[in-house]
This record gives sequence, C-alpha cells and structure tokens, in this order.
Amino acid sequence: MDDKKLKVLELLKEDARRSPQLIATMLGQPQNEVEQAIAELEQDHVIVKYAPVINWSKVDDQKVTALIEVQITPERGRGFEGIAERIYLYPEVKSVYLMSGAYDLLVEVEGRTLNEVANFVSGKLSPIDSVLSTKTFFILKKYKQDGIILEEKEGDQRLLVTP
Amino acid sequence: MSLSKEFIKSSPQGTVVRSMSEYLSPQVREMKPSGIRRFFDLASSRKDVITLGVGEPDFVTPWHVRDACVAALEAGKTQYTSNAGTIELRGAIGQYLSDGFGVDYDPGKEILVTVGGSEAIDLALRALITPGDEILIPEPSYISYSPITSLSGGVAVGIETFARDSFKLKAESLKAVITPRSKVLVLSYPSNPTGGTMTLEDWLPIAKIVEEHDLIVISDEIYAELTYGSKHVSFAAIPGMKDRTILVSGFSKAFAMTGWRIGYACGHHEIIAAMLKIHQYTVMCASNMAQVAAYEALTNGLEEMQRMMESYNQRRRLVVSGLREIGLECHEPQGAFYAFPSIVSTGLTSEQFAERLVQEHGVAAVPGNVFGLGGEGHLRCSYATSVAQLTEALDRIGTFVNKLKN
Repeated sequence: MDDKKLKVLELLKEDARRSPQLIATMLGQPQNEVEQAIAELEQDHVIVKYAPVINWSKVDDQKVTALIEVQITPERGRGFEGIAERIYLYPEVKSVYLMSGAYDLLVEVEGRTLNEVANFVSGKLSPIDSVLSTKTFFILKKYKQDGIILEEKEGDQRLLVTP
Repeated sequence: MSLSKEFIKSSPQGTVVRSMSEYLSPQVREMKPSGIRRFFDLASSRKDVITLGVGEPDFVTPWHVRDACVAALEAGKTQYTSNAGTIELRGAIGQYLSDGFGVDYDPGKEILVTVGGSEAIDLALRALITPGDEILIPEPSYISYSPITSLSGGVAVGIETFARDSFKLKAESLKAVITPRSKVLVLSYPSNPTGGTMTLEDWLPIAKIVEEHDLIVISDEIYAELTYGSKHVSFAAIPGMKDRTILVSGFSKAFAMTGWRIGYACGHHEIIAAMLKIHQYTVMCASNMAQVAAYEALTNGLEEMQRMMESYNQRRRLVVSGLREIGLECHEPQGAFYAFPSIVSTGLTSEQFAERLVQEHGVAAVPGNVFGLGGEGHLRCSYATSVAQLTEALDRIGTFVNKLKN
C-alpha cells in the first residue's frame, strides 16, 4: 500500500470522524486525492467500518464478556476456516482469532449475564463436532482496547503558558 | 552577607534602613521579569482557556523511558554521578550526534551532561564572557540568552530577523552589528518562537563571517529533530566550525522530556572543561535517574520520537493553513512547534491582541514582542496541542479577527 494511504489510515484510526478536508490539510495533500484514497480504502474493504470505541462499563446496561480458548481438530482440506466460520456467525461472538500455541481459536463472547455466556459455551460451542475442549475466562475489567486507554488518567498537566 | 530581616530587626542598631531591593545585585535588580509570566497569570484567570502558549510537547514522556527511570530507582541509582554525566549517557549522546547530524565528539572530554539545555546555555555564556563583551543574538529569540548575558556583565546585542526572510539570519545583518568587542554569536535554529530554520546554503556565509571576525558560537539546537521538509544542519557540522562551536541540545523537545531537565553541551575540550568547572561547583551533576531515562530514550526511543515528529508536522500544516485562512499572514515555519503569524493587519499591537484574545475568546498565545527585536506585530502560537483543541482555537481566533476587521 502506498505511503499516502497508510497516513490516511493512521489519521482515521486516531479519530474516524476527521473530515477529508482536515486530513488533507494535515498531510499537505489535495483534498480530492484524500477523498479518492478513502473511497478506494472503503471499496477494497481495508476500511471495514467506522465504529466508536465504547467504554461499556459506563453504560447501565452492562455486559459480561468472556475469552474462550478453543482446541479443535482441523478439517481435511479446509483447516480451521469452516469451524471458525461456524463459530463467528453466532451474534454473541464478538471476535475470533486463530492462534499459535496451546490452543487454536480465541473466541470473545458477550452476554447479558454469566449464565447466558455459560449456556452459549455448553449449548452451542462445545457440541460442535471438531471442538475438543474449551476454557472460559471472564473479563473483569477492560483497561485498554485497540490502543485506546478507556479511562485516561494522565491528561494535559502542562502550565498554560511557558517559554 | 547574612541579612535576614529578622536578624537586622533584632540587632541593637535597630531596623533596616534601606529597601531590601537595594541589597540585590544591580544586574539582578535591573533584570526585567519575563513578559511571559504576565500572560500566564492572565490565562490562569479564565476557566475554559485553550492554550497555544505552551513551549513544551503535549506528549507525556514515552512509557519505556519512564519505566527505565522507575527501574533505576528500584535499583538504588540515587547517588551523584560523575560531574560530566554518566559515561554511558555521554557515549550514547556522542553516537546519536554522529549518526544523526554528522558531528563527532569524544564522550570522554567533549561532552557535558547538564540540567536541561538551559544550564548548558548558562555555563557556556559564563565560561566565555569577560565583562563588556558583546554577545550577538538573532531575534526574535528564546527569552533567556539576553538576561544570562547581562548576569555575567556581557552586553546582549540583538540582530533583527524578518518574516520576509523566513526569520533566517542574514550575513549583512550579522556584519552590521559586529564591533571589536563582539565575541559570541548565539544561534538558535530551529527557532523558538519563529519556527525559522537554516540550511547549509544559509549557514555558509554566516560561517565565513564567524571565521573572519574570530567569533565563538553557542548553537542551541534543542529543536533539531523538529525540522520539517529538509534535514537539520548542525552549525558544528559546517567545515571549520566544530572547534568554534558549543553545541547545546537536550531531551526536552524531541523526546518529550521537559520536566526531567537533561541537556548537554558539546565542544572543544578546553571549553567543555571550563564549563565543567562551573557545573561542578553549582549543580554537581544532573539527576542520576533522569540520566538513566535519557539513555533509554536515546537507545530505544528513536522510533517513538519519529512518530511524535510526524504528528507535529501534521499539526503544523493545520495551524499554518488555518491562520492563513483567517487572513493572518504567516510565514511557513520549517522547524520547532510554533507558528509566528503577523497580526499587524488587525491594527492591534502584539500585547493588545494577545490580551484581548485570551480575555474575550479564551485562547492563550504569547505576544511576539516578548521575544525581542522583530517580534512586535507577531503572535507565537504553539501547535503542540491536540487537533481538536487546535481546531477550536483557530475557530476562536477567526471570530476575533473577523470582529476586528468589520
């Protein structure tokens, strides 16, 4: 990918609401070229979606999230793809990663209660034929997500005017 | 002299007969308080102020650097270090200057670690000045050169630089101020407050004059890494200039380490030895754990530093373009993190503009006149603040300028 598109991505990653005009000014590029770059990134699904980072612990309607380590037997000819798909199509699954090491898939599952998540594991995930074992870890608190500290403490502590 | 008020009051002779200020050294008494202080008070009197008045990075020191300092404390690194600074740090500074700017210094006797670049400037001037010597200072400039010069009995001679020249130092302006008493030329590029820089072509005629008139140069290159477009050219790297130059720099700006107070001076071993004498009697050594942090910054922090530089560059473009859209003339700053627009078209002086801007619109910036010759009619706007804050500040400045023009 060319350097210009990478820079555009970095600026959008910091704040997805930045306008093409602002990005163009910050990069010293013509606005139409930045608009074109963004359009291409969207078409190519490099930019998949513009979604806010939400600190759910501040929302009354709290959620329970678990990370589940899943060991599976890969399928002949398809490896992990088919099983990964069978798992990620469930709406309660928020993310699925293929991992190196002691287990194969790391699955993030979200529910309203502990029970809901437990039921998902015992009723939907474990019964899948290729699933050999699962280990469920409930998340107690999120400090940082996607490079963003959810409760920033440092802030700007500088004096207002200095030489 | 032990002249505490209590002592004098209780002495048999009675009371203090003179005002306390008369006990002060005349150099200090006559030293003007910094014009920046007043704006600090003004800005602090309002709540919702957005500040473009800060002369330091908006980044907190990268975590790996802070962590190295924590580890140093845990390991008990709480003693004095060698006066000149730890040999590890001096070695890393030597390597960094050689790799980055093509200047080679012997860490053993040509590099001195100081309490910020500020101390290095103070040491250099004190080591060089004989009372009556003239110290040449291109202005607008950082505010400390001239007062420190006066403390040693030197005479600060300003050299005006202009927006039309992008605030570069011009050979003819330098020549015009040289007298038989001229001794030191203080260079500070990239410049705080103007953002002006000097290229190799700009430097060559200056170097020629320095040689012809046998001047010593103190080159404050604290903003060296913050040079946009072209690479910074150290004055010490110009052929024939290394021995005549005391290169001053530090960690504050490039590595976002202002509060750590770690700077350094590099130069001819006889000058560094003289500076070291003053340094050992006044501060002994720079903070041990801060030196550990600085070493970490140099050895593992260059990538992070580049990331910060890129971010300043983006904000530089935003601010310069925003100020121009508002209708304020603004030369293209090629270094540091300041824009220095002209506010002459508004009909106000720098002080009036800055004062009303903070009081009526809640944006703090520093009036150009506090930076000496050539500063009047300008405003120093630091863009080391978040894009959201900059955008809001530009909106407010726009509203103010519109009001003035209509």
